Amino acid sequence: MVEKKQLNRHVYWNPYFGGFVLGLLIILTFYLTGRGLGASGALKSGVVTVVHTVAPTHAENNVYYSKFIKEGESPMNNWLVFEAIGVLLGAFLSGAFTGRLKLKVQHSPKITSRRRLVFALIGGVLFGIGAQVARGCTSGAALSGMAVLSTGGFITMLAIFGTGYAVAYFFRKNWI
Amino acid sequence: MGPLIPNGIIPEDWNYIIAILIGFAFGYILEASGFSSSRKLAGVFYGYDFAVLKVFFTSAVVAVIGLYYMDYLNWVDISQLFVQPTYLWAAIIGGMIMGVGFLAGGFCPGTSLCAVAIGKIDGIVFTLGLTIGIFIFSESFSALEPLFESSNLGNITLVDSLGISPYWIIFIFTIIALVAFYFSDWVRSKVKKVFY
Repeated sequence: MVEKKQLNRHVYWNPYFGGFVLGLLIILTFYLTGRGLGASGALKSGVVTVVHTVAPTHAENNVYYSKFIKEGESPMNNWLVFEAIGVLLGAFLSGAFTGRLKLKVQHSPKITSRRRLVFALIGGVLFGIGAQVARGCTSGAALSGMAVLSTGGFITMLAIFGTGYAVAYFFRKNWI
Repeated sequence: MGPLIPNGIIPEDWNYIIAILIGFAFGYILEASGFSSSRKLAGVFYGYDFAVLKVFFTSAVVAVIGLYYMDYLNWVDISQLFVQPTYLWAAIIGGMIMGVGFLAGGFCPGTSLCAVAIGKIDGIVFTLGLTIGIFIFSESFSALEPLFESSNLGNITLVDSLGISPYWIIFIFTIIALVAFYFSDWVRSKVKKVFY
């Protein structure tokens, strides 16, 4: 058991190797599709689909939802949704190869799982709002933006990391 | 010349199959680099693990050098690649909200999907939170619209903003990344180790 734990710690890729391969993937994605990678877009399509199914008139009258609703076509019929399905499959396979598939709550030994989950929910809500305000998340706005020198991509990246460092002190108990 | 699908060199029918394959590689790389672990991701903010910084900046440097080199070789037309429009205040405030969300939740959307895929319950809860956040944003859109639509600077790049050649920008960006890598290793050697 102890031995397995020690093995697990070294099983991740070298970060420079991971970054290099990810860089090649970004190049390939732009070369094929003319656009970059994304992640939050698929979840937005999911939310629009659910709201449009439950309350169609409400969704069509809302200025934001209606941007993504087209006559006779599901919002799920979207490049980013298919990409996100791929992300789930790819991450699952990587986890399966390395023995990391396990249903668990990961948290610092200094906090309870309950506290971890409460903060995960709050963090998710904030990230969801922020990614809509900035028109993309770390993948779509920051990473893919930086790959084509987008000014907005660099600004979003600096805002995310700058704010992260500014507030890290207040969340330290959760992590260290 | 690329991009291949918009220029009709690869038929549009392949678009979604390519989307799944690209997503597959993306998820695999993120998970294999340890990005399904919130404690590894948060390490960048406390100095005990700089994988986020290293993966993120290595990939950005590799991608921007590669794309501009392919443009130089006439393999891809960089002016046809999508540049997200810059809405100045939305980018800053949205980024700040995401920064707080990152520290509270320990994930971003792409990494939380990877965490979901390998069964992390905190990742599932974070992803649920994301959908709630998107819902809250959409429902309060009329109040947020002024921020969302204001200060549109168009599809600008640093070449427009700084007025210098892209090659200089890429060169300086690469130097900054290398210095950051060196500095992060120095910080890590000074900080108390955290095991997870």
